[in-house]
Amino acid sequence: MSKSRTAKEQEMSWVYEGYELVVGLEVHTELKTSSKLFCSCANTFGSTPNTNVCPVCLGLPGTLPVLNRKVVELAIKIGLALNCEVRKSTFHRKNYFYPDLPKGYQISQYDLPINSEGYLDLPSGHRVGIERAHIEEDTGKITHMGSSGRMDKSSYSLIDYNRAGVPLTEIVSAPDIYSPDQAREYVSELRGVLVALGVSDGRMEEGSLRVDANVSVRPIGSSELRTRCEIKNLNSLRSLVRAIDYEGKRHVKLYRRGEAPIQETRHWDENKQRTDSLRSKEEANDYRYFLEPDLKALAPTESLVLQIAGEIVDTPRQKRAFLVESLAGEEMADQIEKAIDHELFPYVRHAIEAGISPRLAVARTANELASIISDALYLTEDRFVEVLRLEESKEISSSQAKVLLNALCQQDQSVADTIESLDLKKADDAHTRNMVEAVVSDSPAEWSRFVEGQEQLMGFFVGKVMKLTSGKADGSVVKDILLQLRATKN
Amino acid sequence: MDGGPLALDACSLSEAVRNKEISVTEVANAVVSQIEQKEPLIGAFLHLDHEALLERAALLDQKIAKGEISGRLLGVPVALKDNMVTSDMPTTAGSKILEGWRPPYDSTVAKLVISEKGIVVGKTNLDEFAMGSSTENSAYKVTRNPHDLSRVPGGSSGGSAAAVASGMSTLALGSDTGGSIRQPASLCGVVGVKPTYGYVSRYGLIAFASSLDQIGPFARTVKDAALLLEVIGEHDSMDSTSILGERPKLLEREALGVQSLRIGIVSELVDNCSVEVKERVLAAARLLEESGAKVDTVSAKAVTLGLSAYYVIAPAEASSNLSRYDGVRFGLRKDGSSLTDMFLTTRTQGFGDEVKRRIMLGTYALSSGYYDQYYGKALATRQLIQRQFDEIYKDFDLLLGPTSPTTAFLVGEKFNDPMSMYMNDVCTIPSNLAGHPAISVPFGVDQSGLPIGVQLLGPAMSEALLFQGAFELERLAMQYLEDVGV
Repeated sequence: MSKSRTAKEQEMSWVYEGYELVVGLEVHTELKTSSKLFCSCANTFGSTPNTNVCPVCLGLPGTLPVLNRKVVELAIKIGLALNCEVRKSTFHRKNYFYPDLPKGYQISQYDLPINSEGYLDLPSGHRVGIERAHIEEDTGKITHMGSSGRMDKSSYSLIDYNRAGVPLTEIVSAPDIYSPDQAREYVSELRGVLVALGVSDGRMEEGSLRVDANVSVRPIGSSELRTRCEIKNLNSLRSLVRAIDYEGKRHVKLYRRGEAPIQETRHWDENKQRTDSLRSKEEANDYRYFLEPDLKALAPTESLVLQIAGEIVDTPRQKRAFLVESLAGEEMADQIEKAIDHELFPYVRHAIEAGISPRLAVARTANELASIISDALYLTEDRFVEVLRLEESKEISSSQAKVLLNALCQQDQSVADTIESLDLKKADDAHTRNMVEAVVSDSPAEWSRFVEGQEQLMGFFVGKVMKLTSGKADGSVVKDILLQLRATKN
Repeated sequence: MDGGPLALDACSLSEAVRNKEISVTEVANAVVSQIEQKEPLIGAFLHLDHEALLERAALLDQKIAKGEISGRLLGVPVALKDNMVTSDMPTTAGSKILEGWRPPYDSTVAKLVISEKGIVVGKTNLDEFAMGSSTENSAYKVTRNPHDLSRVPGGSSGGSAAAVASGMSTLALGSDTGGSIRQPASLCGVVGVKPTYGYVSRYGLIAFASSLDQIGPFARTVKDAALLLEVIGEHDSMDSTSILGERPKLLEREALGVQSLRIGIVSELVDNCSVEVKERVLAAARLLEESGAKVDTVSAKAVTLGLSAYYVIAPAEASSNLSRYDGVRFGLRKDGSSLTDMFLTTRTQGFGDEVKRRIMLGTYALSSGYYDQYYGKALATRQLIQRQFDEIYKDFDLLLGPTSPTTAFLVGEKFNDPMSMYMNDVCTIPSNLAGHPAISVPFGVDQSGLPIGVQLLGPAMSEALLFQGAFELERLAMQYLEDVGV
């Protein structure tokens, strides 16, 4: 990977008592298909337990898997977006016993995954290698009943097989991640890619995106890979960051004491904010992988791969590039990161394509729309453009534009009708001037300080005028009038 | 069965029913009375429901009365090996771990038999999970050979073979993983076919070794076997290993003869069997030559490795296929003090010795550190056998050999000697490893009156040619019996 670290990377780096971190992440994502991986049961979240099940996904004797074509297409899409090589692949059985695993084995991919050897470039400029992105089936969901939520202390357990057989893609990164922040950056960028591709809803809390972290440390500057621990139960970006930080420090402390970590699987305890040993390598299952005899090798045709490649649009990288290019050198990096959200981006793109100034489009998207988008039931892209156009032609003020956007989110009404019903006609300049003068004469002390040169009071007056005009005044006009008034006083 | 509807072959019987010469109820009654007479001695069935059988017969008769006379198996009794899932009958695979299990769905083969208006007589006995060559490994009962009740019917489809041989059913289905159709067919003196892998859907067949398992017919004649295979041989989208496209017509091959067919006698298979069996294979070869076939001896050294490869690959797949019997969702559950204890107790009490033996063998063969040494080597051997067959089939259309090295052995004779039991499959296993079709045709009896089967083997999807040879072989067997004056 890139050897020279950018400034952003330096800022993100993690160093602790002479050691640096080495992290590789395994991200499992549920694929948004209408049916499961090997049967026609519905793939939906939140149904009544054990209603989306059939003999196949319950693993009843005599049943056989039939591969869902859509899953293959989505997996290829992920692979291509992650710059992977898409190739002929096979399915293997991973054998172990657990009540949530109906067949006693999970059908997964082993030595020949569908996607391999790709990479993901992060916004900071860092490149993380992707070792593989393969297809596998999810397990059922087990709930241990009783106070502790742990099997050994529960009186009984309930199993919901609705999730059994739901298609997953496991994306395995190279150990190219060097800090908790970089891990967060990787996961959120990857999440953005998956959501943009339409393959996943990316919800970590619902478990549709699950992350395991392989963490080790090494002396700064070394290139060795030391014993790693795999951390499970990372249900949010926050716990990901904290768990990696905790685990890295734990390793450093062990080395400093002359000890060493053992290879094991550890569990992030959200309440105690620490990792605990789940099972050691010795206790680990011997999965006895072997070629799944019930499925044939998967050999996507070149034309299918090409067709899917053509369908990949709006990855975070592509969206970022579109906005940067549109803004032609204007520095709005933070707003761009907000505006490329998959729900927001269609608005900003539509606005820019409709000829709205990119700067205004990005600003309104990142600053205003971002905070109301979750409630935006009725705001169409066309109405968004209409509002920005009114603001651009100064028919309404920027603060009126914000009020208008809010209102358009709440109800299905045309822009004109909304302006009418909210009485959002922009105040004319003469009226504004009267209002400014009224505010100035109301606050003589502040006015004289403003006249003496206390620039920060500009905001005070603008605010007052806005309040007085219920936001109908144009902020920039108010400023102009204030400056004119001051000029005449001097 | 003499003179009654059960004396007719399936083709004639369905024709007689169609022509209203016989009612399905008459057929069903004949089956019931034959079963009442023979079943107590033979023990071929694990599940029988005469009432349901008669109801089904009455329903078909009503339809026939209304003129609904389609159905290639119209009114024909068919027995199903109890590893084929049926929603209206229990399905146990001969194991205590599935005792009383009522599946919520039907296997594809059961659906096809029913849609062609066959009447399902019952579910037949088998070695537990089809693991065995004598049907003695059934958790429920021992099935006896109709030709000698002190002897085994072979296995694992011993119940199906014995049911057809004793006239309790006109037709039956079995499954063949290493010879489980052909060897009992041979020992019971009936026809048994192991089709090309992927020819018949495995959906609803309780898996033993998925890459080897294949369902096929038992019948008293080659023609009946052809009919049943035409019914069940169909692409099925529920089985990803099901071959796409049409299956060849088989019945029309009846009178084509073997003129100029190139038939090879596999010396390694012939060398491995008893004197009488060997003598009979050579007699068959001689007669085929007289019928115009070009017969030659061929050496296939790799087939001798088949047995060793099979007893690694089949247990390996079985160890995984049988993981689902964990007491959680269906079948037997024996509670324990912990989850692991529940798994252990359920499986310890639910599985018999042979099943446990193979789970252990297979688990070991797949274990990390041993995989390359055992499973990897076995897969390489399998490929070697496939390549050798490919070479041989450049020079031959079909191959000839014994089905079983010996005729039926005594109940108990090999039960405590797994290795000698495994040797029973030496002639049949190569076809499973290669995925090729093979058919066992009765060719007279030995000195003790026990049936001998002769096996024809062909390359993948050569069913049409295989049946062409089998029709002639069957005719020659009759001729042979007349010649030797039986």
